[in-house]
Amino acid sequence: MAADGWSWFPVLAAGVSLFKCLFINSYRSTDFEVHRNWLAITHSLPVSRWYHENSSEWTLDYPPLFAWFEFGLSHVAQHFDGNMLLLQKQNYASPSTVLFQRLSVIFTDVVFILAARECCRCVQKQKASQKDVLSRPAFILAVLLLWNFGLLIVDHIHFQYNGFLFGFLLLSVAKHLQAQHLQGALLFAVLLNLKHIYLYVAPAYGVYLLRSYCFTESSADGGIRWRSFSLLRLLALGSVVLAVCALSFGPFIVMGQLPQVLSRLFPFKRGLCHAYWAPNAWALYNALDKVLATLGVRLKLLKEAELPQASMTGGLVQEFQHSVLPSVSPSVTLICTLLSILPALASIWRRPRGARGFLRCLLLCALGSFMFGWHVHEKAILIAILPLSILAVESREDAGIFLLLSTTGHYSLFPLLFTPAELPIKVCLMLMFSLFSFSALRKLHSGGGSLLRPLEHVYLLGLGLVALFSEVLFPLSPWKQRLPFLPLLATSVYCSVGVSYSFLRLYGTLLRSDSKPKQH
Amino acid sequence: MKRSFGRRRIQEIVMQTWSLVSICVLLGVAVRWGVSLNSYSGAGKPPMFGDYEAQRHWQEVTYNLPIRDWYFNSTDNDLAYWGLDYPPLTAYHSWLCAYIANVINPEWVKLHKSRGYESPEHKLFMRTTVLVADLLIFIPAVVLYCLYLTDGSSKKKVSVLLCILLYPGLILIDYGHFQYNGVSLGLALWGILGLGLGWDALASIAFSLALNYKQMELYHALPFFCYLLGKCIKAGLIGHGFLLLVRIAAAVVVTFALCWLPFLSDPVQALQVVRRIFPVARGLFEDKVANTWCSLNVLIKIRSLLSADAQLYLSLLFTLLAVLPSSIRLLTRPTFWHFKLALVNSSLGFFLFSYQVHEKSILLAALPVCLLLNDLPFMSVWFLLASTFSMLPLLLKDGQLAPYVVTSMGFLLISIYLLSALDHCTEDELQLSTYRKLFFFPLKVDLACIVRWKFYISVAAMVGLSIASVTLDPPSHLPDLFPVLVSTTSYLLFLGTFIHFNILQFSGPASKKSQKKSN
Repeated sequence: MAADGWSWFPVLAAGVSLFKCLFINSYRSTDFEVHRNWLAITHSLPVSRWYHENSSEWTLDYPPLFAWFEFGLSHVAQHFDGNMLLLQKQNYASPSTVLFQRLSVIFTDVVFILAARECCRCVQKQKASQKDVLSRPAFILAVLLLWNFGLLIVDHIHFQYNGFLFGFLLLSVAKHLQAQHLQGALLFAVLLNLKHIYLYVAPAYGVYLLRSYCFTESSADGGIRWRSFSLLRLLALGSVVLAVCALSFGPFIVMGQLPQVLSRLFPFKRGLCHAYWAPNAWALYNALDKVLATLGVRLKLLKEAELPQASMTGGLVQEFQHSVLPSVSPSVTLICTLLSILPALASIWRRPRGARGFLRCLLLCALGSFMFGWHVHEKAILIAILPLSILAVESREDAGIFLLLSTTGHYSLFPLLFTPAELPIKVCLMLMFSLFSFSALRKLHSGGGSLLRPLEHVYLLGLGLVALFSEVLFPLSPWKQRLPFLPLLATSVYCSVGVSYSFLRLYGTLLRSDSKPKQH
Repeated sequence: MKRSFGRRRIQEIVMQTWSLVSICVLLGVAVRWGVSLNSYSGAGKPPMFGDYEAQRHWQEVTYNLPIRDWYFNSTDNDLAYWGLDYPPLTAYHSWLCAYIANVINPEWVKLHKSRGYESPEHKLFMRTTVLVADLLIFIPAVVLYCLYLTDGSSKKKVSVLLCILLYPGLILIDYGHFQYNGVSLGLALWGILGLGLGWDALASIAFSLALNYKQMELYHALPFFCYLLGKCIKAGLIGHGFLLLVRIAAAVVVTFALCWLPFLSDPVQALQVVRRIFPVARGLFEDKVANTWCSLNVLIKIRSLLSADAQLYLSLLFTLLAVLPSSIRLLTRPTFWHFKLALVNSSLGFFLFSYQVHEKSILLAALPVCLLLNDLPFMSVWFLLASTFSMLPLLLKDGQLAPYVVTSMGFLLISIYLLSALDHCTEDELQLSTYRKLFFFPLKVDLACIVRWKFYISVAAMVGLSIASVTLDPPSHLPDLFPVLVSTTSYLLFLGTFIHFNILQFSGPASKKSQKKSN
């Protein structure tokens, strides 16, 4: 085995790319048709019609740069099968269409591979003397990123372009770790204009860049020094971000379509939770509501007829009424989200701890928005899991949090693949990833006992029981007909406990490093 | 042997590497399942369909008919339509699968009515039966072999394990085309494992089971026989060796008797089974297969020149000539190293020269070559790639292009990286000195370099022919151009491997590695 340098990286990257190709013919969700429709829209309609077209229910609801990305893809697509670019061909999935779309995801993942390499370079310096490749931080990080379970199933089975987008995010993080802030800001601006879900972490970027880039110096104790403010840097930063946004939204502003575009990007008509509740605070809130309602009916405090008849996990994306607890409006979720990320932002504003402090703040923003956001998708947990991998190979404490969050978060993605044919794949991949992360991180941070506390171990074992119940026992049991949503409910409630706990534990690391100013 | 010491060390290694081993196994399973999402042989092609329907039909027949009717032609059992032509163990396995199938959905095995049954659920069921059989038989055998019988660090063992598990040929045939080769090869591997660990009786039982699962395991029978006999002779035929021989013979006879029990009551039954298993009437070769007869056919049309009987005797003669040298050598030197080499030589000899060979039979040679991945990485990887390539026409017919490309490239990548196959091809490591003596090469000729270039050229040829088979239309007067080119190219590679491994078996313990092995 070649122990020197980086020879393992191309093998890992090429290996995972080939592995992804195996799933070309696997199950694909409606997102496949969504992206095919976007190819058709951007290819066959003028720019002015892109955000007005609604002949398919899968209207274009990503920002303009992503539309241009689809436009670019469509030019390659016509060499595979021109029919997929016709608007009226709804649900068109000829073999060459499938091949093209799958390959487009695999090939655009090159951005992700490059980003993973940059991230590995950033941790390389720490323990370069390790002889064994398997216990080098850079190798472990590369596996954690490239072979990430969530990305594999969401992108290459379920079908989405997250790998390419996360490539931009990680590249931008890596640029910040390398103190190339303008490039980092540029990449993030591009990313925001590709998919606006990354607004979740925008506050961390804003505060960090303003504080650590626009102010050139800090006082001895890390506090802010107002006179070191550099207007030039602010202007440079502002022009970079504005230029990207102008490029992306400019044409639509000129055409007077901005309100239309924004209404597509932020559809508040959708409900508080997705059809399957993402494992966040609102899942717990909904579950509590259900429990209270059931208890109320049992104790004769409520009349069953008066309760709203919406089944919360009923598969329809719509607003619904809580039975006992007050209903939650978008503005409430916004306030909760802001409140949850405020301490983290304040902390890096008061005393920035370099790019790693920023990364921690970014994770807290991602998790805060995930916990309290409006209509959060379960896939959004990856925004926290992937960057957390970088911290996990550098510190013991973060490794523990990573194990907890990644195992819980990845398991919460299981309902995405519900077809029996994909069951062995998701189980194998999940076990593979978890086994690797546990054994590698334990070896990396060996000495000083277990990475997880006993209760956390018990919780993760419980996850196994939930999996056994909802994937094996429940489909065979007679409840399958009467309570079809019980496994989803159990999964999201159980996982939301783990995600909330990881969120709090991560907050703990930030605030603790706040109170120990010497240690950075 | 210092076994107690070895065992403790092995336990340590197992503890250290259990997570790596499980990751490799999980990856192997994931790749297998990924391939199984694709099409299978004869999907949606009435009236005969393919091997998938053959296996389903066997389930139908064994479930619905009494055992005495399984191998006989009758109104309920049309032998012309995928009649059962494997030994009894396969039939029992089919019966077991059919029993489960009947619990899930009786439509799948209903007599007559289920013919040509296809549905996504049924495909899922069939694929699952293959995976279960693999998980129970083949994969544990590979894991144990790599942990116990492979030299080197624990990381090296895991690397070999991953390479064997990812060998594309077996995956593509079992999970793509649809067969249960994992069972027969797995049982044979249990036999090899038993011999390697010194459990001769258990090894004989395992190999007898393999023979009773698939008659093609006869390709491996001679080395097993010669190794065990040689061992008995070495121990002294009057005394300890005789006891050993009796034990082995008893194990074999009892295993066979148990497998054939339902057919033994009536000689007619047993004879009919034998007749079904060895169909001599089917001709010297079918389709395009990379063996001597088919390749010779390009030059001389043997089938029209010779009578059927003459063809049979000709192939028998050549097969014997091909396999006897290595077997006799093994008989005189019954070491595990020679045993592994003899397995390759015998199975390749059968493949190249025997009667009625199928392209899939190359898997029988591929299994022992997999076991040599650690000792002779370069030659083994080369052969394993060629063996997968030789099945290209079959795979293309089944719609397995994407899995073929992906698994082959993956295997090449991983084996070259993990086993450093390309770094281990100096003249000494390839054991080329015999060639120098045989052919009087002058000293300045760099044989290793020539071999390496041969490797590159052959890989380029495989890639080129694969691309051509997929993209180009053959000229109208040569419709079989690409299959013939594929089979001839693979034939040349197989012949080269056959000669090389025979020379290895006869070259004395020249290199350190084989010396260590033969002691």
